[in-house]
Amino acid sequence: MSEQTGTAGSLGRHWRLRPSWQRGWPLYPALIFLIVIFLYPVSKLLWLSLFGSTGSMTSEHYERLYSSPLYFQVLKNTLFVSGWTAALCIIGGYPVAFLLSTTRERTKNSLILWVLLPFWTSFLVRTFAWIVLLGRNGAINNTLQSIGLTDGPIDILYSMPSVMVGMVHALMPLAVLTMLSVMETIDRNLMPAAYTMGARGGQAFWRIYFPLSLPGVAAAGLLVFITSLGFFITPALLGSPRQTMITQIIIQQVEEMLNYAFAGAISMLLLVTSLIVFYLYDRALGMSTLAGGETQGQKGAVKRGALATGFNAIGGLITAFLGRVSDWIAIGWEIIAGARPDRPPRISGRSTLRLLVALMLIFLAGPAFFIVPVSFTTQGFIEWPPSFFSMKWYEAVFEHSIWVTAITRSLFVGVVTATLAMLIGVPASFFLARQQFLGKTAALAFFLSPLILPRIIIAVALFYFYAPLGLIGTEIGLILGHTLLALPYVVITVMAVLKNYDQRLDQAASSLGAKPTRVLWHITMPLIKPGLVAAFLFAFVTSFDELTIALFISAGVATTLPKQMWDDAILQVSPTLAAISTLLLIFVTVVILLAEYFQRSARR
Amino acid sequence: MAQPKLKITDLRKTYGRVVALSGASLEMGEGEFLTLLGPSGSGKTTMLMMIAGLVQPDSGEVWIDDNLATYAPSHMRDIGMVFQNYALFPHLTVYENIAFPLRMRGVDNANIRREVTRVLDLIQLPDVQDRLPRALSGGQQQRIALARCIVYQPSIILMDEPLGALDKKLRDQMKLEIKHLHEELGITVLYVTHDQEEAMVMSDRICLMNDAKIEQLGSPEELYFRPRTMFAADFLGESNFLHVQVEDISGGDVLVRGGDGATFTVDNDKTRPVAKGDAVQAMVRPEMLQLIAPGEDAPNVLDGSLDEVILVGGVTKYYVRLKDGSQVVATGLTRGPVDGLEKNAAIRLGWNKENAVILTGEGA
Repeated sequence: MSEQTGTAGSLGRHWRLRPSWQRGWPLYPALIFLIVIFLYPVSKLLWLSLFGSTGSMTSEHYERLYSSPLYFQVLKNTLFVSGWTAALCIIGGYPVAFLLSTTRERTKNSLILWVLLPFWTSFLVRTFAWIVLLGRNGAINNTLQSIGLTDGPIDILYSMPSVMVGMVHALMPLAVLTMLSVMETIDRNLMPAAYTMGARGGQAFWRIYFPLSLPGVAAAGLLVFITSLGFFITPALLGSPRQTMITQIIIQQVEEMLNYAFAGAISMLLLVTSLIVFYLYDRALGMSTLAGGETQGQKGAVKRGALATGFNAIGGLITAFLGRVSDWIAIGWEIIAGARPDRPPRISGRSTLRLLVALMLIFLAGPAFFIVPVSFTTQGFIEWPPSFFSMKWYEAVFEHSIWVTAITRSLFVGVVTATLAMLIGVPASFFLARQQFLGKTAALAFFLSPLILPRIIIAVALFYFYAPLGLIGTEIGLILGHTLLALPYVVITVMAVLKNYDQRLDQAASSLGAKPTRVLWHITMPLIKPGLVAAFLFAFVTSFDELTIALFISAGVATTLPKQMWDDAILQVSPTLAAISTLLLIFVTVVILLAEYFQRSARR
Repeated sequence: MAQPKLKITDLRKTYGRVVALSGASLEMGEGEFLTLLGPSGSGKTTMLMMIAGLVQPDSGEVWIDDNLATYAPSHMRDIGMVFQNYALFPHLTVYENIAFPLRMRGVDNANIRREVTRVLDLIQLPDVQDRLPRALSGGQQQRIALARCIVYQPSIILMDEPLGALDKKLRDQMKLEIKHLHEELGITVLYVTHDQEEAMVMSDRICLMNDAKIEQLGSPEELYFRPRTMFAADFLGESNFLHVQVEDISGGDVLVRGGDGATFTVDNDKTRPVAKGDAVQAMVRPEMLQLIAPGEDAPNVLDGSLDEVILVGGVTKYYVRLKDGSQVVATGLTRGPVDGLEKNAAIRLGWNKENAVILTGEGA
């Protein structure tokens, strides 16, 4: 089309499509950012550990890893704790997700908030809450003694069970949301259809619903497992040395031994473990299940993993058996409850499910509130019930400059992070949501990968990357690292809003004579503004609550609020922390409620 | 009707303040095809769901095959149901989908194989056994959903707008297929739709629903020729309403006077008595109004002027302005070009007294 023809010339300008690489410009800032701040540092970490050429890392560290049984014991611990966490999160979260996916839209939206609220509440705050609940002088021991079930305090804290409680509590929302995304694609008429054909609840559930929800279960299991691998707050504060997890060792090497190279070697062990888990998952189930299950549209073109195929063979027998067992229970119950066709059943399976879910939601959202009364105690330690009433711990917070500085820094870093993440994330989301291009799935996976990789690996990789650039202990270093973590949330939120946006509105504006920039500013932006505000707030909270990267990058100089809380908690969990946590709880709850509010008005 | 296959009495359901169904009763006989017809929100789906046991009524009774089933769970009702989006189990093959109700009934494998093959032959899709539902076309999925219902011979088959997701041509074809299956197998079908044509083509009886209650229940002919309410007359087919006043009643005839002073004679329907002086509506179907030439005569005549002529295809529509300002439509078979008629030309429309229906009540 290089020749200018008469007809085209008469239009005044020669219109043609720009080459495809030029049209991808909205993607490039975010892509470049991810390559520089994420892909390059992580790859370099991998490279160093494999080839050890630069001298900062040699095989010496790996020999040390192999020679001492300690590290493999810790790895075994980590896998053990992560495995149980994943299993318990699925068992506890499945009924919640099931109820959410089968209930009315409005009930669902308000219940999801109860699942989300703890998800966004600081890990630190929630862990403190469990200390208040489970400690020797905690709420549970106190209750048990006052009703006479036990004579003296029993040890719940600093054990495997308390670590499990904390981890499951922390990660169950993730499991619920992941399973929910798959369950929502299941046709709501399938169970009723099974009932009309003569299936009892049990048969309909196990033979029809359960197999269809399995991709969600598998994805939730993987995400929870991988996330657990990088956990350190919960095992450090709620566990004993026997529950030490691999991330704690990394932090110990950095904080106490100052042995950065060896910390790098251990993170490699974690990274390799994660990659092996991903690989096994892909071989067994196929990665496609991670992206929201087998989409119904793809006719038979779904790649099935070995386990998925194997499931069909023996799975049918298992589900049939489970269906029969639940039916026996149901029949027994019908006899006891005396079901009759002339009156409504007094207790249905549905009400049992509601009760179960209510208990789960209390487990998820309840504990954080126990921290509030403790912050008003007159005593210098955490006990239950607290002896009221004193504001001195709040005064202590505001009198100490370290807290005020930390709070100010966290707010500053959070706002700048959110702004930066929006600046590079929003154009990318537009492109990802609206354009079809080769490798779109891969691009999306790349954008979301900072969420999936254990944070500690990113932290260690950034540490190596920053050190020669002098970014350690700087706010810029923190901001860049936090932007990396906030970016996926921005992309997810904005893409979700754009998915519901009727693009014909833009086309209508163009057809009425508006230039693309005017369409964007006068039509698109006002309509998606609530979604953008929500994305901004999510990004802000991500940064405001972040500890892992802050632990490595702040280097005791640029201390953020979570870092200061962590440093304090390592010494002793005091009422000052309860006061800080209460303030944080209120602040984050307000921000999240605002974000939810804006996101919901965007959906209208 | 020896023993009703299905009987519901005074069935009622409210959601908060919204009344979904306010006391409906009906009976269905063996082998009957009954359609619940009505606009959305008229309560037809609620009624179907309560019969299926998927929604629990507030009060009233449901009897299936002489067994009380008001609050019985769905699986004990011996019903079959075809859903709008078919509700085929996506992870099970066509064979396993159809086998599902049989497995739930503890049928042995040999019999399952025999029955599944039988129904697949019946719906003329013998070769799709091992495919997954998503590999089939919409029409094929619809047939599999039917087969899955037929295979276990339930007392009654409920269908919830089963043709809603198909395109027009396929819908016309499936309408006849369902009708033929019904005749061939003698199954009892309760069918829900908002499409009057579907209801007219397939049903033995139509239960017209409006505003959470039954408006009229009768054969398609009854509903078409003897609608009992304005809504019924309006919902099925096209209709002209003439505002008239009763002048005189003499035996089988009612003399009424229209807005322009002309009088007509209408059949007297004894089930709906009218009195002298009542303001009522006379409903006449457009195809019952005939253009008559000057000098010709008819039992009843309307005088007016032509507004518009529209050639729809097989029929031609004449929009005629009456002297009192109201407009009526007359429909005639297209016999040739209509160029001869000009706008505002004087038109005379004639009809017979048995072709009008006197309607009273709301809006009359």
